[in-house]
Order: sequence, then structure tokens, then C-alpha cells
Amino acid sequence: MAIASSDTAIRTGRVTRFFLYLVLILFALFYLLPFGVMLVNSVKPLAEITGGNMLSLPDVWTLEPWFKAWSSAQIGVEATGLSPYFWNSIKMVVPAVAISTILGALNGYVLTKWRFKYDTLIFGMMLFACFIPFQIVLIPMARILGLTGLAGSTPGLVLVHVVFGLGFTTLYFKNYYQVFPTELIRAAQIDGAGFFRIFQRILLPSSGPIIVVSVIWQFTNIWNDFLFGASFADLDSQPMTVALNNLVQSSHGVKEYNVHFAGAVFAALPTLLVYIVAGRYFVRGLMAGSVKG
Amino acid sequence: MGFLDIKNATKSYGELEVLHKVDIEVEEGEFLVLVGPSGCGKSTLLNMIAGLEEITSGEIAIKGTTMNGVHPSKRNIAMVFQSYALYPNMSVGQNITFGLEMHDVPKPEREKAMNNVAKLLQIEQLLDRKPGQLSGGQRQRVAMGRALVRDPDVFLFDEPLSNLDAKLRVDMRTEIKKLHQKLGATIVYVTHDQIEAMTLSTRIAVMNGGYVQQLGTPKEIYNTPNNLFVATFMGSPSMNLVPVKIVKLDKGIAAETSNAHGQTVSLPFSSPSDELKSYVGKTVILGIRPEAFTDPGGADRDASNIVEIDNEVIVTEPAGSDTFVMTTLGGKECNARMRADVQVKPGSQARFAINMDKAVVFDTDTEMRIP
Amino acid sequence: MASHATNPDFRTRLQNWIPKLVLSPSLALILFFVYGFIFFTVYLSFTDSRILPSFGWVGFENYEKLFRLRHWDIAVSNLVVFSGLYIFFCTVIGLMLAIFLDQKIRGESVLRPIYLYPMALSFIVTGTAWKWFLDPGIGLEHTMHLWGWESFEFNWIKDRNFAIYTVVLAAVWQSSGFVMAMFLAGLRGIDNEMLKAAQMDGASNFSLYRRIIILQLRPAFLSAFVILSHLAIKSYDLVVALTGGGPGRATEVPATFMYSYTFTRNQMGIGASSAVTMLLTIVAIMVPYLYSELREKK
Repeated sequence: MAIASSDTAIRTGRVTRFFLYLVLILFALFYLLPFGVMLVNSVKPLAEITGGNMLSLPDVWTLEPWFKAWSSAQIGVEATGLSPYFWNSIKMVVPAVAISTILGALNGYVLTKWRFKYDTLIFGMMLFACFIPFQIVLIPMARILGLTGLAGSTPGLVLVHVVFGLGFTTLYFKNYYQVFPTELIRAAQIDGAGFFRIFQRILLPSSGPIIVVSVIWQFTNIWNDFLFGASFADLDSQPMTVALNNLVQSSHGVKEYNVHFAGAVFAALPTLLVYIVAGRYFVRGLMAGSVKG
Repeated sequence: MGFLDIKNATKSYGELEVLHKVDIEVEEGEFLVLVGPSGCGKSTLLNMIAGLEEITSGEIAIKGTTMNGVHPSKRNIAMVFQSYALYPNMSVGQNITFGLEMHDVPKPEREKAMNNVAKLLQIEQLLDRKPGQLSGGQRQRVAMGRALVRDPDVFLFDEPLSNLDAKLRVDMRTEIKKLHQKLGATIVYVTHDQIEAMTLSTRIAVMNGGYVQQLGTPKEIYNTPNNLFVATFMGSPSMNLVPVKIVKLDKGIAAETSNAHGQTVSLPFSSPSDELKSYVGKTVILGIRPEAFTDPGGADRDASNIVEIDNEVIVTEPAGSDTFVMTTLGGKECNARMRADVQVKPGSQARFAINMDKAVVFDTDTEMRIP
Repeated sequence: MASHATNPDFRTRLQNWIPKLVLSPSLALILFFVYGFIFFTVYLSFTDSRILPSFGWVGFENYEKLFRLRHWDIAVSNLVVFSGLYIFFCTVIGLMLAIFLDQKIRGESVLRPIYLYPMALSFIVTGTAWKWFLDPGIGLEHTMHLWGWESFEFNWIKDRNFAIYTVVLAAVWQSSGFVMAMFLAGLRGIDNEMLKAAQMDGASNFSLYRRIIILQLRPAFLSAFVILSHLAIKSYDLVVALTGGGPGRATEVPATFMYSYTFTRNQMGIGASSAVTMLLTIVAIMVPYLYSELREKK
């Protein structure tokens, strides 16, 4: 009789285990390959890509494509490289993430600890807003941004991202604060702390993990957004993703694949870095937002 | 007018009334325990005193000032919570002084008050620790410290001992009692544990279904329960309840029932009231506490009316200090509390002594005690 | 005698109002930018708007036109094929990897991030990588030829009939790791004592999974389905980056259809009606789900 002492009750034989590892490693290759190969090819001279084997390491290592993608590649009509767009993205992402996270935290706090009539309905409306296809708001959004003079500007994009990120940040903070003991809030009330002081002194110091989750989630989503950037930005506010697409899709001249790849790596770098640094929280956050229990 | 007045306090959520016109006057220095099963409304009442829940109708006043609508922090109350509710990110010292800080008490005074309380509760060495590093008993002390430091008019305790293990619970119970005697504080204490209620309180309010079933001293509650609910809820093992018929004797009246063999048993009352006499011929419920139902040698010598009967022993449960012996009266199982080394065997006959001085009688229909 | 004042004091009243005040900016934003805009777009879909919104009421004309358009037909059938395959493969691969990873695998902490990292990438980056990887001229096919496998052919991305499958491939590559993480969390939440009990009852590993474990993952299945279908209907970036809707219109989906009709073909009325159709599809999937989620939490 098997008395399982380990933390999983399932036991597997040798052959099965070999098969398991084989499948798992093959899939790891599948996930690594396209991006990994792109990374390798971004440090090859163009001739090696068009003439050679994509899976081989470069004969000549060069960072030339990286420099070119960053500072001198032709994007649209101007040969500026991706750097201005990189900064456009930063200028858009930082305030959008900060504002949506702060609002989400306050909303989560209200919706769990200061409940009132119809709060579930309000939360439901916010949550539903996460899931609408954004096509439904494109036309009026373009109109409003135009009317308010925010069209084609970074503040305009920040506004859009705050609005459509609110549902998720509220969801995260609500789920997190839901299990935060309400007795603590009551104790603080009796101690004489008001709404904001309770938030600042009691809740906020314990909110580290969920702030990380919210920031990572919002950062990834907003950085990676293409639709809003393509729809509402103009040259001096265009984010990285739109610029990368322009670079890759440009039809004139020789297709400089290595520069495209370097550009794609630049566009992927911030989110990948965030993911590598705080990936564990990221996964936990995805769980919090999607799977319960 | 008392120190803390609860007048006709009613709580309803929409249509649902969960607390019905509660009336309690608490004197200064009293230790009032609200006891009852979960969902009886005791915590709701406590939260209403604290101001954490609104009063739907009626009034709650402290020192003659109505507290309806007054913010919790302005009521000069302090509360100890079931989970202790210590702020996890603050040190013990900060936890204790947080309330004073919120009330703009200057720092030197806060420190002084904190040190006094820490000394009183012997938690001086814990002041710099975080709540997460404390044991259950230590957290309990800190939670009490946080309440004490405010020097409130009324202390509110919401099942403060229910998260502790049995041994610690008894120790802390004694400690709370000592603290009350020392400080003479006015306390309202919620628990579902009737032993806690009995040991701690100067008065008990037994609650059920949103009603106060009985309000009285522990002794009153235990010896003369108002109704069947109070009788069964208070006391462990609970009171034996036997359906009996009231019969007239030459002198006075008796309760008549049957033993395990179906033989008639007659239990004459010591000094029946006129009201009880009016029940002659009717069936009522006789209540006998296990300690009033014992072996002849263990019976109370001061009692005036001990009735001895023979009955069959069903089960014996030696409990160290006593032996509980199960038998049946009137078809109901009854628990008798005998001396520890009494010689009785399951299935055999034994002689039981019933102290009828302590017997109480309830009306079958209204379930109220017949005085 | 104390008065029977039931009016809360100022502080209590203030404390009652602050939470609502704090919530109100968010609520206003959502009401205006989400629900107001939805209303506006729905309205536009019944008007003769072309390059700019106009307010001539035309009833269901736009919808009639939309449903007669061959272009829309292609987009919808592409979406059906795409989302069906995408949801199926993501679920199967995600579940398989999660079950395999749950067998006390050495190196789980290395494998898990490898499976998950595509989730952190922009669809534009994914599209760039896969577009080239699948390009027969320089990508995988070319490499195979160089390695001496002359007959190897993999030109789906250039083939009208197969191009949509390359979108599926890239999308599955991006999202299946995420689905794996969801299932893994579900598996880790299953009570081990129950599994031990089942083993004592003589259940084999296979029947353990089939009869007990997978049934317990119901919430994870539901969440995965909802999130994947929502991602599928929203998918715009990937198609733009990978195929640009081509070759021809072979990989057009409703999201790209809406964009091109509204902003490049100046048929705003039809664009709006297509957006409304997309919204209704999402509503049909999401509302029952959200409703059950919110009810459970009470």
C-alpha cells in the first residue's frame, strides 16, 4: 500500500517520467524558439539573415542593428529610430499606471470596507468595462478627444488607459481587501481614525503585494497596447508598439530584418524585465483576477 | 438612569428585525455579559453600543448623553475584538497609542500612558515587536492594552477569548476578572460560552432570537431561569427536563413521573407557590440540575427536601472529580452528578437522591417558569 | 433627560459621504467613457454616418448592409475558426502542461517562466517574430532547405486557405502558458487527502485525473474559456502585425474589419454596427459569467 508522504499524492513510473520531461522540454523549446531566434538574429549582419540559416549563431557579431533601430531607422517618414517613441511610451505608461492604481486601490477600499446600497452593481459595471471590445468606444473616443483638444496627445492616451484599466485595478484591490479583516477597520474607527487615515495607516502599509500586481498588470497592458495608440496618437505621442509596427511594415527600401528584430526586442524589453524581476507576483495577480479558490 | 442605558434598542436590516426592543441599564462598574448562541443578536447589540452599527430605533446613552448617531471615536468607548484586530504593520507600542494619536494626545503623554498600561499588563518587553511575532495570549494582552490606554467610560469585549486554547482561556478569564476588580471599569462583554458568562459577570443578559430572555445576576440566571431556553443554555451538563404530572398529596403537592421500569415516582415539592398548586392535574416540565440529582451520600446536607428513588443506571461517565450517571425519568434521559468513587454499574439498579429545594417547573405550552 | 436624537453627528455623516465621493470620479469615468460611449456607438449604428458622425436615422439599414457584405462574412467565419481553434488548443496544451508540471518536476521553477513569458510580450512583437519565422523565403522553410530537406514546405502564411492557422499558431504560442498557469493554480488547490483516499480505493493515475481531478477544475475551465474568448474577439494587434489581414482578406477578423470600415473606408455607420455586433457577442458570454461571480461573492 502506498503511504504518500510527499505533498502530491500522484506517483509516476520511470517511463512515464521520461515522457513527461520530454514533452515539457519540447514545449519549452516551442516557447523559446521564435523570440530566442529573433534575439540571435538581431545581432547578425543583414546578409547573414537573408542568405543564411536562421537557427545558426552569427558568424559576425554586430550591435549595429540595435543602434540603428534605436536612433536612426526610418519610422514612417522620419529617420529617428525608435528612441523618441520609447520615451513617448514611458511618458504615457507611468502616469497611466500610477493614476489607475491609485484609483483602483481607493475603489477596492470603498467597495469592501465601506459598503453601501448598490455597491455590487457599481462594481459589476466597472468589471464589465474590462471586457468590452474596445471597438465599441473607438468612434466616440476619437470625437471626444478631438473636441477636448486631447487628440494625438499623451494626456489623451493616459486618460484612455486610465479609464479602461480601472476595472482591472479595482478588481485586484477589491479581491485583496476583501480578505483584509474588517475588525481592523472597526478598531481604527473606534480609535478615531477617519476614512483616509485608515487607508493610509492601516491598509496601505499592508498592500505591497497587490500594488506590485496592479502595477505590473497595468504596465504590461498599457505598454503593449496597439489599438489605442494606433487610433488616437500622432507623431509626437505615438507609443513604441505603433512605431515598431510602422518600422516592420514599411514597404520601401530593403527589409532590414535585423533592425526589425532589434526594434522588437526594444519593444519587448521593459515588460520582459518587469516580468523577470517580479514574475511571481505577476502570475499571482493573474490568478487573483481570473481564478477564484 | 444608569451609566449605560439601552432603551428599546431595535435593529433591522430592511424588513428583517434582528434585535427587538432591548432594554438594559448598566450601572457604573458593572460587568455585563451578553450571552447566547450565534445569531442571537449579542454582537449586533455590542456593535450598536460601539457605534459600528446604526440603531434603527430606540436609544443608547452613556452617562446620560444619547449616543445615537455619534461617531464611534466620540463615544469614549474602547473595544477588544475577537480577532484582536491588531494593526499588523505597527509595533505593539504603536498599536497601543494609535487611538491616543488619533485623538491628538501629545507624544509625552502617550508614552506615559503606554508605559503604565504595559506595566499593568506585563507586556513591557513586547512594545517594539510586531503583532505577527506574538503568541495568542500576548496578542490578547496587547488588544486589552489598546483598550485600557484610552481610559474609556465603557469597555466592550467581543468574544475576546474564543481564539485561545482551553488552558490559556481560563488564565485570561481570571486575568480579566482581576482587572475588572482592580479598575472598577464598566464592561459589556459578549460571549457564547456560558461558563465565561457565569464566572466573569456581575449581571448576565441571556439572548436568543434577538430577544433578551433573562437579565439578572449569575445566581438568578442559574437557579431561577425564566424559561426553558435559559434553563438549557446555562449550565453544563445542562438541566434535566422531565415531563411530570402535578398531583395533590395530603400535605402539599408532588410531581409524578415514572422511572426506567415504568414504576411511578412521586417527587413532593418543598414549598409550592399558589400558582404551581393551580396546575394540579396538569402536565408540566420539571427541571433538575445534575448536581441536585445525586447519590444519597452526596446529597446536600442543608437541603430540606431530599427525595430518594431507585432507578436503572444506563451509562456512567467518570469525569475525575465527579461521576455522571445517566438514567431515565418520564422517558427522558437524565444526568445525575454523583461523587467520584461511587459504585454504580451500567445496567444495575442504584439509589438516587433528588434535592427538590432546587427543582424548577416550567409550563409546557409557554415554556415559562412557574414561580 | 436625553433627547431621542437619531441624526448622526457631522463626523459620522461626513464619513458616510466620503466613500461615495471617492468612488464617484471612477464611476463617472466609467459611466461616460464606457456606457455613454456604448450608447453613442449603438446610436451611430442606426445613422447614415460616413466619414464623420451624422445623425440621419436609417434604422437597421447598416446592419442589413453589414450582414450582406462578403467582407464581413469572411471576418466572422475567420473569427469562428480562429477562436474555436485558439480556445481548444490553448485549453488542451495548458491543461496538459499544468498536469505534467504538477508531477513534482525538477526544474519547474525554470520551466514555468519559460511557458509564461510570451504573455508579457506585445502582440506586435509576437507578430514580428512569427511573421518572419513562418516566412517561407527566409524562415523555417528556408532553414530546412539549407539543412538539406529540400521537399519541406511550410508556406501557410502566404496561402489564402491556411493563413488564418498561422494566426492561431502565434496566438496559442502567446496565451497557452497563461492558461497553464490558471490550471496549475487550480490543481494546487485540490485537496491532497481526497486524492490519497481515491488511491486507497484503487484508482489509477489516469482514472484519478479523468474521474476526479479534471472535474474539480471546473472553475478554471470556465475562467479560461471566458478570458480566451474575450481575447479572441478583441484580437486586433496580432492580425495587423502578422498578416495585416492578408493575403487578400484571408485573415480579416471583425476587429480589423471595424477599424478599416470606420477609419479608412469612411463607412462609420457600418463600422459602428459591426462594433455593436461584437459587443453583443461578448455580452452573451460575459454577463452570465460576471453575474455568477458577483453572486457567489456575496
